[in-house]
Amino acid sequence: MSDNKENKKKPATHSSKGTTGKKNWPLWEIFVRSKNGLEHRHFGSLHAADADMALENARDVYTRRNEGVSIWVVESKNITASNPEHNGEMFEPASDKVYRHPTFYDLPDDVKHM
Amino acid sequence: MSEKEVKNMEAIFDQKIANDEKIEPKDWMPEKYRKTHIRQISQHAHSEIVGMLPEGNWITRAPSLRRKVALLAKVQDEAGHGLYLYSACETLGISREELYNQLHSGKAKYSSIFNYPTITWADIGAIGWLVDGAAIINQVPLCSTSFGPYARAMVRVCKEESFHQRQGYEIMLTLCNGTPEQKEMAQDALNRWWWPSLMMFGPTDDESTHTEQSMKWKLKRKTNDELRQQFIDQTVPQAEILGITIPDKDLKWNEERGHYDFGKIDWDEFWQVVKGHGPCNKDRLETRVNAWEEGEWVRDAAMVYAEKQADRKVRKVS
Repeated sequence: MSDNKENKKKPATHSSKGTTGKKNWPLWEIFVRSKNGLEHRHFGSLHAADADMALENARDVYTRRNEGVSIWVVESKNITASNPEHNGEMFEPASDKVYRHPTFYDLPDDVKHM
Repeated sequence: MSEKEVKNMEAIFDQKIANDEKIEPKDWMPEKYRKTHIRQISQHAHSEIVGMLPEGNWITRAPSLRRKVALLAKVQDEAGHGLYLYSACETLGISREELYNQLHSGKAKYSSIFNYPTITWADIGAIGWLVDGAAIINQVPLCSTSFGPYARAMVRVCKEESFHQRQGYEIMLTLCNGTPEQKEMAQDALNRWWWPSLMMFGPTDDESTHTEQSMKWKLKRKTNDELRQQFIDQTVPQAEILGITIPDKDLKWNEERGHYDFGKIDWDEFWQVVKGHGPCNKDRLETRVNAWEEGEWVRDAAMVYAEKQADRKVRKVS
């Protein structure tokens, strides 16, 4: 059984050739501003030959239903990320600095607008 | 890492999942978690991509412009869903090329439902109504799965799926309100798609090998049998509105259980199709491999063009 097809079937190429393209399209990270007033947010990634194509592909992949008014694309290899294994030394120093928060300071209740 | 350290990391990891914290790509994770996720997310992506083929078969013959633009948009969505999922999968450290190789060599599986043919226009209605309906039930719980990129992709997918199901049901509704021949066509499509749709939820719970581990990792929140029952319970009244009959003589409401009882599923058929002996397995894979190979020169040309443009920019600057 097969689909009811309109076109005559082409002879199938019985090739088991792998994907041996000369060079694979690089990976890009996509950032979209959903409306003015909001920041660009990471939406996902995709492959494209260059930045122009990455923008066009991002339009088709991530904004088919008016999800955005502006797109940034950045080649993934250009992003430097922190290592979650070093989260201790990276972020813990902030947690004992309670004096950075307004609630650290004791003021009488009579003081208004502060 | 020593065995003891790994045990310790695993305990922290399990606790995070138990607390409903998300796992992100660069976080430490057990090898089995990584492998299972690569398998499931890639199967899911492959299903979206192969899933374009049975429906693509009817784009040029849609009965009206309204139907054609809707079907085009739906098939384009499936491509988009495949892309969201492939990129989520790549965050686990596997390349897109390797993922495609696994699909094209037959090593990776995709949903068996796409190995059934689309013989009439009513099949496009039945696919939207039943296949997308079943997919939604499978996918909604995944929006809160533990692996961040997969969960985020699923949120986007689920938002888009409901249009798919509604466009399918509308096709069925129009046929069922049409001529006797059209209604018969709708009934025929239901007859052929009903049982394969029930099989989309996978083997029964006592036969399912991955359920326990997947529940722990929140890759599954309900069992195959629970999801299948949910699908049947919500679909039966929809068929009644259409005025067509679900092809199961054992189907009847069970007051005590508060669910529909249903007949025996032909699991031999299911395993036959999974093993590659369904009506269209060979055709689907061939079409997909041909599309990829015949597009190779385009991909290469785009890359060469991009390099040439980049070179020019450099030369202009210097």
